[in-house]
Amino acid sequence: MRPTSARFHDNVDKALHDADLQTALHRVDKNFTSRRTAAVTAMPEFEALRDEAVRIKNHTLDHLDLYLEKFEENVTATGGHVHWAATPEDARRIILDLCQAAGARTVTKGKSMIAEEVALNPFLEAHGITPVETDLGEHIIQLADEPPSHIIGPAIHKTKEQVSDLFVAHHAKLGKSERLTEGEDLVAEAREVLRPRYLEADVGITGANFLIAETGTSVIVTNEGNGDLTQQLPRTHIVIASLEKVVPTLEDASTILRVLARSATGQQMSVYTTFSTGPRRAEDPDGPDAYHVVLLDNGRSKLLGNAFRDILRCIRCGACFNHCPVYASIGGHAYGWVYSGPMGAVLTPTMIGIEEAHHLPNATPFCGRCEAVCPMRIPLPKMMRHWREQAFDRKLEPARQRLALRVWAWLARRPALYRRLSGMAVRYLAWRGRPLGRLRDLPFAEGWTAARDLPAPQGRTFSAQWAQRRRGNT
Amino acid sequence: MGAAAAGEHVSGRDAILGSIRSALGARDDDAARATVEARVRAHPRNLVPDRTAVSDTAREAMFVSQIEATHASVARVAGDGDVPAAVAAYLAQHNLPAAATLAPDVAGLDWASQPMLETRVGVPVESDQVGVTAAFAAIAETGTLMLTSGADSPMTLNLLPDNHVVVLRRRQITGSLEDAWDRLRDHHGDAGMPRTAMFVSGPSSTADIELTLYLGAHGPRRLHIVLVED
Amino acid sequence: MSAGPRVGLFVTCLVDLFRPTVGFAAVKLLEDAGCSVEVPTAQTCCGQPAYNAGDRRDARAIAANVLRAFEGFEYVVAPSGSCAGMIKRHYPQLFADDPVLGLAAQALAARTWELTAFLVDVLKVSGLAARYDGTVAYHDSCSSLREMNVRDQPRALLAQVDGVELTDIPDGEACCGFGGTFAVKYGDISAQIVGKKAANVARTGADTLVAGDLGCLFNIAGKLHREGATVKVRHVAEILAGMTDDPPIGEA
Repeated sequence: MRPTSARFHDNVDKALHDADLQTALHRVDKNFTSRRTAAVTAMPEFEALRDEAVRIKNHTLDHLDLYLEKFEENVTATGGHVHWAATPEDARRIILDLCQAAGARTVTKGKSMIAEEVALNPFLEAHGITPVETDLGEHIIQLADEPPSHIIGPAIHKTKEQVSDLFVAHHAKLGKSERLTEGEDLVAEAREVLRPRYLEADVGITGANFLIAETGTSVIVTNEGNGDLTQQLPRTHIVIASLEKVVPTLEDASTILRVLARSATGQQMSVYTTFSTGPRRAEDPDGPDAYHVVLLDNGRSKLLGNAFRDILRCIRCGACFNHCPVYASIGGHAYGWVYSGPMGAVLTPTMIGIEEAHHLPNATPFCGRCEAVCPMRIPLPKMMRHWREQAFDRKLEPARQRLALRVWAWLARRPALYRRLSGMAVRYLAWRGRPLGRLRDLPFAEGWTAARDLPAPQGRTFSAQWAQRRRGNT
Repeated sequence: MGAAAAGEHVSGRDAILGSIRSALGARDDDAARATVEARVRAHPRNLVPDRTAVSDTAREAMFVSQIEATHASVARVAGDGDVPAAVAAYLAQHNLPAAATLAPDVAGLDWASQPMLETRVGVPVESDQVGVTAAFAAIAETGTLMLTSGADSPMTLNLLPDNHVVVLRRRQITGSLEDAWDRLRDHHGDAGMPRTAMFVSGPSSTADIELTLYLGAHGPRRLHIVLVED
Repeated sequence: MSAGPRVGLFVTCLVDLFRPTVGFAAVKLLEDAGCSVEVPTAQTCCGQPAYNAGDRRDARAIAANVLRAFEGFEYVVAPSGSCAGMIKRHYPQLFADDPVLGLAAQALAARTWELTAFLVDVLKVSGLAARYDGTVAYHDSCSSLREMNVRDQPRALLAQVDGVELTDIPDGEACCGFGGTFAVKYGDISAQIVGKKAANVARTGADTLVAGDLGCLFNIAGKLHREGATVKVRHVAEILAGMTDDPPIGEA
């Protein structure tokens, strides 16, 4: 996906004026936050489980090479194959080769952010293979030819009307020409339309929420069951997952699962949590004949050694999105690439570069809610600030802003001069604020005053008054 | 540490493992390997909520109330012999045709006792409306069924038909997910993991359209558990 | 000479420049509770604007001034969760790799308090002799909530003020959208966020909005006034100290 993160201000402007999007975002805000709160309140062990989850992930990252080797050993032992993809190009090529070897014409897909990251669908299409998204949200955005706007609900930016429009436009060629308006009917039509695709697919591709070293197992977490149909029906099952998905044991996956669903949707467990190990056994009546796991690096191994390592603990729950005031205002597309929200503000620059993505870690008031709700205790604001340091060193912010900061910082280290100049500025602003005690506009502060008044200062600084008071007392 | 000679092709595997080791400043040494081996072999439990460590009766009650909260339904019967009647009754209650596809692991029940119920054994076909399968275990903590693949349990039967009936025995109900793994390890022994271990906590659902919950997204719209008490 | 604790007041640049009343209210509250209060003249700012802009060098230089200016006080108290948070949570990080200043930063952090938390948790203030007639909506700043564990303390103090009817704001944990320079650099997003906060404040029907951070207060007040609301906005210290003769924020 070509990033548009550099056009952040334009993206934001568009998003803020999109009434349908704002309605959808309001719904997300109300819904997810209360569900998480309810689930967390109902579980006395929740904080302790967060600590356990952090411990498990940190331990795994400390030995990531060995746990990946152990995972590969067990996948192979159970009849599967592991492929190592250093780059998105490698991942696409490996998957294409596997699909061609299977003689695939259509491929069903469970939801996978990694597949988005490597831009798998357009690549398969370019080689004459049709990828069919099966997750309802992914199906909707596939029809709309849009990227996902939220890490667990890819189409939450769409209204029901927009879904109705998409379905009547795209399902007509499959014999469904009635414009449906009830949600229940839309879901039923999607189910009907996708059912034959599941059955005819030659290959099923899923992501993985976890990879388990102990057993060579991949785990998917869904509510629809689409991932299960995708990985059970075709002859070949391909898993695409990034390196840091690995955990040591079944028990470790169980622990993290306890905080995953609660943080994401407030559920205790998703409807379907499925552990897949290798291809069908000789005696199994159904299941795929071949099982392949494609491990993607794409820069993650390097993160192990730098200040962004903690982002590798991310389990893709989306809680940070759901509690972020910036995401709630602009939605996912405005961020301009695959990963949005607070975790995207940290991860996206690692993949597309800080030059392209510098707005993302900058466009936040550092309210800290993301870190507060992250089940894996990822210090998201700290890492965003670290990106700001890199952006500062590379002079990526506008020259005027950088100059203003330098001047202010220079003054702040010279108290006497600071007091004299700030005293003057404050007297001026107080005068400008007459008669109401506030300003409606101010040069260089249009970002503030476009939608807000600026309260005027009282007129004399505390320092000046305190100094006078002390002089009067001696 | 795995650096390639000029012109030599470095495999993706070597490149990635080398990059990891370099970033970690790690040596592939015996101490590290021993740590990893030990954790995998011992697979220690982490914190398990203690509300799962209760009596059998309490566990059963916990399981039933949890799974009913997810729009699944539960019917209790006294013994195996009562299962076919319970299935027939469920279908009648929901105006479903009196036909069901059975997994081999429930085929041995007394289906002949329900002559009006048409049954077939094996993997499902697209037109099947009802699938009847057996559970491997159930988890009280979260109201979850554990369904595992095997010679007598086709996993597609849990997914394709719109109505899914699961035969669960009381003694299969465990407290926690960790208890379920122990049960699987004991049962499967050297055979190791099955191809599929599915944990099902309700009928298929989606909230992808305006965050409103709808059932029957792709998997079964209805999930019914026949709980055998003996 | 008072026998009470020796407190260095960290005025904060917003109080110093925009609303000195808050500084005097803080001094009064501390002195009434038995402290001897000094205001080191070498202070200007905690350095957070530079820190959040990624300018570690300037942030460190400004912070080093603060470390020097506040040496020797038993406690350092700021009428701001944001500035107190900067000193307490971020100074140790800023100097983590400096063997000398790192220790000084940790020592200062250990002695630094937000005003209302200091009054309640350390001084155990119990009988404020203040009166304020009005319904008061209290806004928790993000830094107070999430960096300084301040939530119950200002409410406990407001409960001691005769005439105050206290109410909470719906979605109270939500940010007001200030975020320092964020409010100007990404002003359209900031305005959207503060719009929601202002609407929630209006929903309470309160006649007064109060908080412990001037940044939030200026931001929300600015939005309320632009919308024509008549809510009076003050810093919590003004109410607690009974110093409400000056006009509220943004009024004359």
